[in-house]
Amino acid sequence: MTTHTGHETTISADPQLPTIRIVREFDAPRATVFRAWTDPNLVAKWLGPKDVEMAIETWEAHTGGRYRYGAMRNGKRVAGFYGSFHAVRADERIVQTFTYDGVPDGVSLDTVTFEELPADRTRVVVLSVVESLEARDAILASGMAHGVVEGYERLDQLLG
Amino acid sequence: VTEDQLTRVFAALADPTRRDIVARLAVGDATVGQLAEPYAVSLQAVSKHLRVLTGSGLVSQHREGQRRPCHLEAEVLDLMTKWIERYRRQAEERFRRLDAVLDEMTETEGDRS
Repeated sequence: MTTHTGHETTISADPQLPTIRIVREFDAPRATVFRAWTDPNLVAKWLGPKDVEMAIETWEAHTGGRYRYGAMRNGKRVAGFYGSFHAVRADERIVQTFTYDGVPDGVSLDTVTFEELPADRTRVVVLSVVESLEARDAILASGMAHGVVEGYERLDQLLG
Repeated sequence: VTEDQLTRVFAALADPTRRDIVARLAVGDATVGQLAEPYAVSLQAVSKHLRVLTGSGLVSQHREGQRRPCHLEAEVLDLMTKWIERYRRQAEERFRRLDAVLDEMTETEGDRS
């Protein structure tokens, strides 16, 4: 088991552009990270929040493919997410759309780049672009865009 | 705490002059005149920026005798940071699971060779 200290996710929200940029480094070679991102059996193991099972219904991680998955709670589908794989370049780059079916008119365009680092490590950058600053701020405020509801109520209480 | 306020805070901070003003007020309260000094802009222009900042709740103005110094509401700034931090933690949680998946994959590949 490897320890992963010092690999904290960084998030930046440009004050003037409707974007969210997520950067994270991984202790694995780029091809391995890419495979964990594109093989549906592996994706199912990490996508979505803790304690919520993500049921991958379709995951065609190739250019022109599509995906759809649901968040399951107690055997019930509580939220759905879908999009298209606009462009997939092995080991290097994925461009995909993303929609949370609770906000069917909302769509984000996500570009995922996989950068090789020394010592078989990989940096992943996810740049999401949405239609307006308001939509971006709502995504940041809700966390719903990535189907993550864990800890929501507790934090709402904390934040008043 | 509403998403509306978050949007207003982000919008208020979208302007470089307003970000400067916020940075200046983080050091201590200042009057409109004091805030206008470093900029090649009119008092009116600075007042306009201040209206956006007060509208977002980031800055408040209280009367102190003749003066009405501007005050940074640090909690509001903190609030925005907290929203982003919550989103960040959610992403981090996902990526920790991805770390574990990658560990498994690396071990399996190691066995093979």
